Amino acid sequence: MAKDKIGIALSAVNKFAGSPLVNKLKLRKPAEKIAYVSTRTGFQVISSASVKVQQAKNFFTPADTRDKQEAALFDLSLSEEQQLIKDSLNRFSSEVIRPAAHQADNDELTSEAIFQQANELGLAAYSATAEYGGYSDTPSTLTNVLIAESLANGDMGIACALLSTVSVANALTRWGTEEQKTSWLTPIIKSLDQPQALYAAIAVNEPTPLFNPNKLITNVSPTDGGYKLNGKKTAVAIGDKADFLLVTATTPNGRQKLFIVNSALKGISIKPSHNMGLKAAELCSIDFDNVQLPEDALLGDDRFCYQTFIDLANLAWCGLAVGCAQAIQDYVVNYCNERTAFGEPISHRQSVAFMVANIGIELESMRLLTYRAACKAEQGLPFHREAYLAKVLCSDKAMEIGTNGVQLLGGHGFIKDHPVERWYRDMRAIAILYGLHV
Amino acid sequence: MNFEIPKKFNALINQAHQVATEVFRPISRKYDVAEHEYPVELDMLASIMDGMNDGDLSGGAGAAKLKQDKNDSDTAGVKNGSNMATVLGLTELCWGDVGLALSLPRQGLGNAAIAAVANKEQLERYKNTWAAMAITEPDAGSDSASITTTATLDGDEYIINGEKIFITAGGRCEAIVVWATLNKSLGRAAIKSFVIEKGTPGMELVRLDKKLGIKASDTATIRFDNCRIPKENLLGNSEIDTQKGFGGVMQTFDNTRPVVAAMAVGLARASIELTQSLLKSSGIALEYAAPVNNSLACEAEMYRMEADLEAARLLTLKAAWMADNGLPNSKEASMAKAKAGRTANQITLKCAELCSTLGYDQSQLLEKWARDSKILDIFEGTQQIQQLIVARRMLNKSSSELK
Repeated sequence: MAKDKIGIALSAVNKFAGSPLVNKLKLRKPAEKIAYVSTRTGFQVISSASVKVQQAKNFFTPADTRDKQEAALFDLSLSEEQQLIKDSLNRFSSEVIRPAAHQADNDELTSEAIFQQANELGLAAYSATAEYGGYSDTPSTLTNVLIAESLANGDMGIACALLSTVSVANALTRWGTEEQKTSWLTPIIKSLDQPQALYAAIAVNEPTPLFNPNKLITNVSPTDGGYKLNGKKTAVAIGDKADFLLVTATTPNGRQKLFIVNSALKGISIKPSHNMGLKAAELCSIDFDNVQLPEDALLGDDRFCYQTFIDLANLAWCGLAVGCAQAIQDYVVNYCNERTAFGEPISHRQSVAFMVANIGIELESMRLLTYRAACKAEQGLPFHREAYLAKVLCSDKAMEIGTNGVQLLGGHGFIKDHPVERWYRDMRAIAILYGLHV
Repeated sequence: MNFEIPKKFNALINQAHQVATEVFRPISRKYDVAEHEYPVELDMLASIMDGMNDGDLSGGAGAAKLKQDKNDSDTAGVKNGSNMATVLGLTELCWGDVGLALSLPRQGLGNAAIAAVANKEQLERYKNTWAAMAITEPDAGSDSASITTTATLDGDEYIINGEKIFITAGGRCEAIVVWATLNKSLGRAAIKSFVIEKGTPGMELVRLDKKLGIKASDTATIRFDNCRIPKENLLGNSEIDTQKGFGGVMQTFDNTRPVVAAMAVGLARASIELTQSLLKSSGIALEYAAPVNNSLACEAEMYRMEADLEAARLLTLKAAWMADNGLPNSKEASMAKAKAGRTANQITLKCAELCSTLGYDQSQLLEKWARDSKILDIFEGTQQIQQLIVARRMLNKSSSELK
């Protein structure tokens, strides 16, 4: 039987309270005053003075009507839940991810410890509903984008590694049939507090110039009781860790679909690939040679919309771009104020200051386009055009900000003592990759 | 979070759009060709506009309603008020014609200045006055702190002396809000704004400028030679507070920059829409399907322009939303103006290019829009001034450090 709301809240509180990370990240700040309760959309902060009243209110006010009333006005403020998730993850990002980023880039590996800490925070659990062991009733696209942004503010490569399984959970929640959710989503969430958590990844990109996700070479052909999968995928995050994959492929009638593929199946070979950036994401190339898939490998039913799947992939990358651009902005503002030349900080020169101003203007542009598309998605409004335009803008501006970040540091930007060269390499991925989902 | 325009603005947007379509567009070319001719069609319209602005919307719209909302304790929660209404209205009007929108009686920038700094009595006194704004001088443009026009107190009157240029609607307005210094040695803190009514002795309309675009709007040079005005015409506080610096007078800009950004958004949208329909008649329809690099070059251009326009629009709405909710928005207002100004200029020029001679000859309005757009990246602070303001805020620098 599914847990009721109080049950969900209690299990979330329990999980949180038990995690040493809560102390480490000062999330217990101060523990007596704040209790974390997870309800419909995620964390909720409640001051102890009014805990009981507030809890009762939260459990008995239908959140839907509340959201809709607020949605009537143009409003750029985050909900309390979103703000709290953002704050917590920002702290995780600055205290855990950022300090590990240089080494992870060097090792081409996100450490076990970081995966574990993300699991302790229950990252993937916010992508699943209570029925499947998760924390949320309704998946929130905007919250998912905010999560991507916060993590990428620490490091885009590590963010990619962490979001890989989360993305699969998001995709299963949105598109999966009941049986698929039970078979694939529940085990992911259940495994979060196990010693060996499950990993999963989405495979979209293929090794071809001008790659177009609407024209895939990877394909399926029907067989007795299933499908035969052939083709090649590239840049699959944590591809060699993944216990299973969501693979995009063309069907015989020329349509694009997703298939759930157990990575232990015969005919699959997975090789690490070495890329310009996103090294901590452990990107892999995967060959599929006559891989026999069962009939229920096809993700979802008639409601599956490949275009929407791609739109949500694009929004994930937009979220990453915004987070990394913010990291670059913060870094160059500091640097330009501290670095002196000709007897004063270089930020006193307009040629420098205007580059910083334009980073600020275009970053805010990226953020607003991304948030609007995510909000429309969440509100159930058509959002294809908005997601498309967000991707167009973020693709261009992410790289512009990446290259100007290095430029502003001059020679220092080119050497690995500073993170801007890594951000430069990471930002090149925004216009290219697809394998995530919010 | 919600980025969609609330339904309560539908009526206002629709009215403004009707004005743009039915009044502005049909006479757009006429007054572009006949520069300096008075658009008589606008007189009737102005009364309708007054009605619209005083209508049942929360706070109304228009230049005279622009104001930084101080957070009233009695109205909890988020507000979408007069700043947003004005931004939305002007976007539609400028989709019709920027020059004509600037010529609307009683919608001048001077009215925005009055709204921003005037006291209650002055607000009442100038309620129905069409006021233009006079800041720029022959030797002081972006560096508005170095203006030389003086205001000298003599009994109950100020005596104004100096010359002002680039006064939008300076020929047609009923009064001019003039920036002048009470004491040049005290720097920017001594700069105050004064309302000078047309016909005041000593005030002379020197000339009207011929321009690249927005020809329907008159741009005047006015000279003040021992021009005497009652001392009650000083807007706001007459004290010179060197701590507060520019204080009041600069506040105007935080409220008017999003409006100019909105004008740019409207103009750019007009250009994109017309270009899209012309492209469509040549068999090119935008489907937002293939990745941008798999599209035709002209499609890719259109997608990039649309993305930039959407960014300009959202930055503008954000700045207006902040003003409505009493949040300091100086950085955001300048971000919006910088992005919208340059984007509108780039878009209108590119659209003219994409449409070939249809974009260059007068058969369409594309060439006119490409001329009109340039001013939007110049007035109310040039692109460079906006970047300077944004940079100072981001880098936490004063104007003496980051010059």
